[in-house]
Amino acid sequence: MSKGRIAAVIAILLIAGGCVALWHPAIAPVQARASFPSDQIARGAALAAVGDCAVCHTVSGGQPYAGGRGVPTPFGTVYATNITPDPESGIGQWSEAAFRRAMRDGIDRSGRHLYPVLPYPHFTRASDEDIAAMYAFLMTRAPIRAATPPNQLPFPLDNRVLLAGWNLLYLHPGPWHPDPAHDATWNRGDYLVEAIGHCGACHTPHNMLGAEKGAQALSGGEAENWYAPPLQSASPAVQPWTEDALAAYLRTGFDARHGAAAGPMTAVTEELAGVPEADVRAMAVYIASLMPKTAPEPATHGTGDAHAQAIFAGACAACHGTDAPMTRDGAPSLMLSSAVNAPTPRGAIQIILHGIPWREGKPAPYMPSFAAALTDAQVAELAGYLRATFSNKPAWSDLRTEVAKAREAS
Amino acid sequence: MTPVLSRRDLLAAGGLVVAFSLRSAPGDAAEQGSGPHPAGPTVPMGSLKETPLLDAWIRVAPDGHVTVFTGKAELGQGLKTALLQVAAEQLDMNPEWIALVTADTARTADEGFTAGSHSMQDSGTAILNAAAQVRGLLRDAAAVEFGVPADTLSIADGMVRAADGRSIGYGPLAAKLDLHVEATPGRPLKDPATYRLMGTPMPRVDIPGKLTGGASYVQDIRLPGMLHARAIRQPSVGAKLLEFDTGPVERMPGVVKVVREGSYLAVVADKEWHAIKAMRALTAAARWQETATLPDEATVLDMIRQLPARDIPVLTWKAAAAAPVKQLRARYTRPYVMHGSIGPSCAVAQFVDGTMTVWTHTQGVYPLRSALASLLRLPPEQVRCIHVEGSGCYGHNGADDVAGDAALIARSMPGRAVRVQWMREQEHTSEPYGCAMIAEVEGAVDADGRIVDWDYGVWSNTHNRRPNVGGLMLQNAALPEPLPVPPPAPIPMPEGGGERNSNPLYALPNARVVSHFIPRMPMRVSALRSLGAYLNVFAIESFMDELAEAAGVDPVTFRLRHLQDDRARAVIQLAADKFGWSGARTPGEGRGFAFARYKNLGAYCAVALTLRVEHETGQIRLGRVVAAVDSGQAINPDGIRNQIEGAIIQSASWTLYEAVHFDHRRILSRDWSGYPIMRFPAVPESVSVHIVPRPGEPFLGTGEAGQGPTAAAIANALRDATGARLRDVPFTAPKVKAAVGV
Amino acid sequence: MIRLTVNGNVHEVDVEPDTPLLYVLRDELALNGAKFGCGLGQCGACTVMVDGQAVFACLTPVALLLDRNIRTIEGLGINPVQRAFIDEQAAQCGYCIAGMVMRAQALLERNPHPTELEIRDHMSVNLCRCGTHMRILAAVRRAAVAMGSASVVQP
Ligand code: FES
Ligand code: FES
Repeated sequence: MSKGRIAAVIAILLIAGGCVALWHPAIAPVQARASFPSDQIARGAALAAVGDCAVCHTVSGGQPYAGGRGVPTPFGTVYATNITPDPESGIGQWSEAAFRRAMRDGIDRSGRHLYPVLPYPHFTRASDEDIAAMYAFLMTRAPIRAATPPNQLPFPLDNRVLLAGWNLLYLHPGPWHPDPAHDATWNRGDYLVEAIGHCGACHTPHNMLGAEKGAQALSGGEAENWYAPPLQSASPAVQPWTEDALAAYLRTGFDARHGAAAGPMTAVTEELAGVPEADVRAMAVYIASLMPKTAPEPATHGTGDAHAQAIFAGACAACHGTDAPMTRDGAPSLMLSSAVNAPTPRGAIQIILHGIPWREGKPAPYMPSFAAALTDAQVAELAGYLRATFSNKPAWSDLRTEVAKAREAS
Repeated sequence: MTPVLSRRDLLAAGGLVVAFSLRSAPGDAAEQGSGPHPAGPTVPMGSLKETPLLDAWIRVAPDGHVTVFTGKAELGQGLKTALLQVAAEQLDMNPEWIALVTADTARTADEGFTAGSHSMQDSGTAILNAAAQVRGLLRDAAAVEFGVPADTLSIADGMVRAADGRSIGYGPLAAKLDLHVEATPGRPLKDPATYRLMGTPMPRVDIPGKLTGGASYVQDIRLPGMLHARAIRQPSVGAKLLEFDTGPVERMPGVVKVVREGSYLAVVADKEWHAIKAMRALTAAARWQETATLPDEATVLDMIRQLPARDIPVLTWKAAAAAPVKQLRARYTRPYVMHGSIGPSCAVAQFVDGTMTVWTHTQGVYPLRSALASLLRLPPEQVRCIHVEGSGCYGHNGADDVAGDAALIARSMPGRAVRVQWMREQEHTSEPYGCAMIAEVEGAVDADGRIVDWDYGVWSNTHNRRPNVGGLMLQNAALPEPLPVPPPAPIPMPEGGGERNSNPLYALPNARVVSHFIPRMPMRVSALRSLGAYLNVFAIESFMDELAEAAGVDPVTFRLRHLQDDRARAVIQLAADKFGWSGARTPGEGRGFAFARYKNLGAYCAVALTLRVEHETGQIRLGRVVAAVDSGQAINPDGIRNQIEGAIIQSASWTLYEAVHFDHRRILSRDWSGYPIMRFPAVPESVSVHIVPRPGEPFLGTGEAGQGPTAAAIANALRDATGARLRDVPFTAPKVKAAVGV
Repeated sequence: MIRLTVNGNVHEVDVEPDTPLLYVLRDELALNGAKFGCGLGQCGACTVMVDGQAVFACLTPVALLLDRNIRTIEGLGINPVQRAFIDEQAAQCGYCIAGMVMRAQALLERNPHPTELEIRDHMSVNLCRCGTHMRILAAVRRAAVAMGSASVVQP
């Protein structure tokens, strides 16, 4: 984001921060490691999975929950902390109260503000009982000594005082309330999606201060340069999402009428695979209720120009051709792909460049990366061809710039 | 015609065929080819028993160059290099002067299949003796020539020298000799103490070509005017091809012909890419009538356990023993597993003047010849099968069936050479799989930790559906008039199929072992590397640890306590020492040990390894793997190490990940994303293989010795690391996670 | 007619633009190194280098390759990587090996001193069913050392 805008951001935050010269006390360290009932630990495990703790708090190939993963934001890179019970480098000294304060108010044990990359604006709705369960789960992991690298944020965003202002503007504490108009399952889903799963952190557009635009909840956003499609009426899905389809997709990362989870969503589905079916089903029920019931007109198979068609025939058709074994055997035609039907080409470009990585020893969708085989111009040409051929949406503009941006980011 | 090929044996293969009499053993389909040759005290003769004529194995050209013939095939196991070492050693020649001709029905002996780790025992032993005898005959001829006693002559580099300095080469001597004579059993060999080549590492002769883009594989054959074809497989077992219009495909660029016979469908084109595009179009256009013939994946093991079985007693031992104090029982299983060659199967065929020539990477050129002859309704003499290397096969994969495709298609294109290669999804879904199997064992230990009772049963289909008749070819069912399909047969002990290695090597007072042979095959299965030994050794060696634990005895001590075979003890000791079994432990790390003598006839192999379990995910991380092996007289020690390393990694992949998935109609494991195997990030930190030197001892087959012990060592290490005892492979992350809990 | 630059030589080949490079190399130019393994970008048996990076020849139609620089194992000559594979006897059936060599070559040209983790991660694209992995890793490490010292001799 531009210098001018950053300046404006800082100005606002400083004023706001100034108004709330709040000081937060440190919470006394706990020495002995408490023990917890196993059913509470198990519930905490499921909640931690819905909350994707491991997704951000684990470096790829590293020890789960030991932190160190850099989360790219428009402002800079924020590193997820070590949340194993290691006393020095982890949260071993945190009492349940300290943990609850971090989850609810975004303030760590020492009284320091945490950056809202930790979705505490969502967790703040979580019940005491659930926070206690997640605490029980985390405190019973193997303690791992691993220091967290310092964040890479430009001055003065590295000044955490600004966050007091940010919280004043965008943190709305208070418990989650069920909607009596809906049944228990729907409400369970709403709670898991909003208070624990924080789906909006990626699927809701953010304002220039990096806060979710509450008015446009789940209307589509961005995650680590990947397109996060709308989970409500604006969904571009050609086949309407049903409860069953969503429930299956969330646990397997694949649905025969929509395709495979890619980018950051892959890890999310890996986590949900270990969550009790009833909870995932509840999330599916809730999200499906926000989605459109009827689909837009299915695309009519158009034809792009010959050169682009040759690229598709040689590079993509082995799997995505209408007569390809993969398509024949249940994988969806690109006509159903959300990425191809999305308002922005970002998803299509990212998946062409990066594909879908292997999951060790797990039968799962895979796609090779074409980053080396295709030049920027060729990626743009192919993306344009996919749009023209497999959707009846207007052509994407500015493909070259988008490709360049995506290469930049990777 | 003469194929334009760089490799010597291909050139020869295409050229004029010198007919000379070989006593062809009947093309028997026994998995082990020409039968078991347990290493005996008498000098074993290997395949010389079936093919005793010396010139069937060795011929000497007037210029002194020697050609060695083997009925076995190079499968990537380093056979060529090892056989050259043997021949050069016994002939006292430089290996460069020796040419090797491998399996070719027109030129080499019938040595059945190159399988069951028999190559060195059969062909190696035959060439060892034949070479030694030819050397003897050449020396005697020189003695006559010089008029001096034979024992005054010295031999080196293919020259015979007399004490007075006169010398003569093998070439002129051979001219005075008739090598078309039978070998004499029991002739002496060179003194192992004088070996220069055997037992010392020799670089593989085939590797440089493979690293520089030489034509090394059947996939690389390019004959003049060669066409490219692809078959369109039935989408599921027994699917019937319905009427549909092939016209649009016939009009596609480059398409020469669409072949259709009953439900058999294929397309021939001028270029490979044209054939592939036409194949895809045909696949999309073809209409099939399918029936649900496959079992339910979730319950298939219990189903197999219930199917009618023929019970074959393997052994019964009865002796007095102390009273049992602890009794255990357990059941071990493995699912259907894939060979999964990296290079899909390929063959080239050419039908000229009524004779079909097939270049193939089959493991048995003679049995395949009979199979193709009956499939094509040709007399066997009019079919010639020439072995050319393919991608590693690890048993009966698509090699024979793709030869069937090539032959069927070539027959409809007389004169034209036709190359067929399977697509990835065809290899994955059409190859015969390794059997799903169940083993159930009950055992008891007495007060001083000795096994007093052992009751073992194994349930399995056949492990040999290798084609020697057309009825066993994949295409048979699709053709208009299918040939009769012979009933499945068990492979008798001592080699065994499902019961291979079900007979423990341990000395037990009381034991019963029964093999429950199940004729009905819910899925197409055949030989996969090590056959039943993988599951039986996994079961026996896991259960040995369970008993050792019950007895409170260290697993290695417990094994040694029940072993009288000194070579077995030596291998276990070596593995334990090199691993540092008695040494300090690393916290968080589990360690496991396992041992077996392959088939109780082949190589001895012990494996010790460490692993860690990622508690949060259940992912197993392999650490240090140490193996010890006794292969008898080692020919190429580095070749043995290479094979054992490979067996360890492949077995680890089976054990951690692999299972064929299917619904009631079709195979769902269609490619590497649906059937993941081990990739680089997951291979062990280190693998080291130590060889027990056994100069002069008979060769012991090694290729499959590592498979079983690796699986059990992983299971035992997993138990050691987590307390969880898993008995059903594969040990996938979710399965392990479920076992270790949150 | 399509113009391709393979191992420094310009070739005019008579194929449709959608033809994957793999079939042009094997069937038109009679180069055996790149192998068909899956045609799906899943195994790396077909790996060659394009403009210095490892690509899947099976999924790279020649339409993409105008004015680009294609290298196959035939074009390496006996170089440090091939030498290292021979010294380590890093092959069983060898079907995967040409692809392994090309992928390793691409890594070492970009990163002459890779860590064990970097090597395993980079090579993870390529499959070997014979289980030659440990020797292949050893060969890549050996080649890295050889190339490192080589670059010292002739900077
Ligand atoms: S053949 Fe190209 S990746 Fe497998
Ligand atoms: S050496 Fe055979 S596949 Fe790698």
